[in-house]
Amino acid sequence: MDNAIVATHPHTHETAVAAEHEHVVLPQHRHHFETKEQQREAATFGMWLFLLTEIMFFGGLFFAYLLYRNWYHDAFVVSSNQLSIPLGAANTAILITSGFFMALGVWAAEVQKKGLLVLFLVLTTFFGVAFLGIKAVEYHEKWEKHHIPGAHFDVSQFINPQAYGLKEKPLAPDMAQKTQVFFFLYFAMTGMHAFHMILGIGLLFWLTWRANRGEFSSGYVAPIENFGLYWHFVDIVWLFLFPLLYLINRHPGY
Amino acid sequence: MSEYHDPSNVINPEHADHHIITPVTYGIVFVTLLVFTGITVGAAYVDLGIFNPVVALAIASFKAVVVILFFMHVKYQSKLIKLTVASGFFTFLVLITMTMSDYISRAWGLW
Repeated sequence: MDNAIVATHPHTHETAVAAEHEHVVLPQHRHHFETKEQQREAATFGMWLFLLTEIMFFGGLFFAYLLYRNWYHDAFVVSSNQLSIPLGAANTAILITSGFFMALGVWAAEVQKKGLLVLFLVLTTFFGVAFLGIKAVEYHEKWEKHHIPGAHFDVSQFINPQAYGLKEKPLAPDMAQKTQVFFFLYFAMTGMHAFHMILGIGLLFWLTWRANRGEFSSGYVAPIENFGLYWHFVDIVWLFLFPLLYLINRHPGY
Repeated sequence: MSEYHDPSNVINPEHADHHIITPVTYGIVFVTLLVFTGITVGAAYVDLGIFNPVVALAIASFKAVVVILFFMHVKYQSKLIKLTVASGFFTFLVLITMTMSDYISRAWGLW
C-alpha cells in the first residue's frame, strides 16, 4: 500500500476496509478499534495501569518494611537470619525459570505454535507450583520454631541465643518482642506474593485449557501476553523480597 | 465510525508493529538472571558494611529492569507504554521519598 497517498488523502470507511484486507481480520478484533495494533496497544496499556496499582499496593508493604527495619534494626537482623538462604535462592531460581517459560509461551503464541504454547504454559505452571511447595516447607518450619506472630510466638531464643546454639547477639526482651514485626512483615509480604501466584496458577489452568482448544493459535495473543505481564510482575516482586527478607542482614561467618 | 481512518498507522507511527522477541534473547536474559541471583547470594556473605543492602538492591533493580525490558517487552513497545511504566515507578519513588523525608525530619521525643 502506498502510505503517502493514504496519509494525504483520508478516505471513507468503505475504501478503508478494502485497503485493510491485507490485515488479518480476527473475530477478536473489536469494532471500536481502528486497527488490531491499536487494540493490542490499548490492551497492553490497560494491563500496565493495573500493574501500576500493584506497584503501589506492594510498595506500601515495602515501605512498611523500610520503616520498621529502621526502627527495630537489631530485631530485624536476628530474625532475618532465621530464614534459609538455600531455600530462598532455590525458589528465586525456580521462579526465574517459570518466568522464562512464560516468556517462551508468549513467543509460541506469537509464532502460532499451539503445541509449544501448551507445553510452555504447563512448564510455567509446574515451576509456579514448585515455588509454592518450597514456600509451604518454609512456612511449616516457621510454625515448628514458633516464629508465627501471635500468642504462641517464642522470643526466648532471641533473648538467649547461646542456649539454642545460635551465634547471634542477645536482644533485650522488648527488642526481642519486635522480631514479631519482622515475621509479621515476612508473612504479609511473602503471603501476598504467594496469593498472587495461586491466582496466577488458576489463570494458567484456564489459559492452558483455552490454548489447547486453539484459541491463541490464530494471531490473537493478548490474553497470553497480558497474563505474561502479570506473571513477570509477580516475579519482580520476589526479586526484591528475596534480598530484603533473606540476604541483607547476613554477616560473614554466620 | 469516524470519517478518518488510518489503517496502516501512517499518521501516528507510535502504534508500532508487533515485535517478536526470539527464544535466543529470552535464553540470554534467563542466564543473566540466574547469574545475578548467584552474585547477590555471594555478596550477602561478604561484609560490605552499610553497602550490603545497597549492593543487594542494586542487583535486584538491575534484574527487575532486565525482566521489564525483555520478558515484559517494554523495550519494543510504544512511547505511551514506556511512559506508563516509567510514571508508575517514578510515582512510587516520589511517595517513598516524601514519606521518608517527613519521617526523618520529625522532632522525635521533643514534643
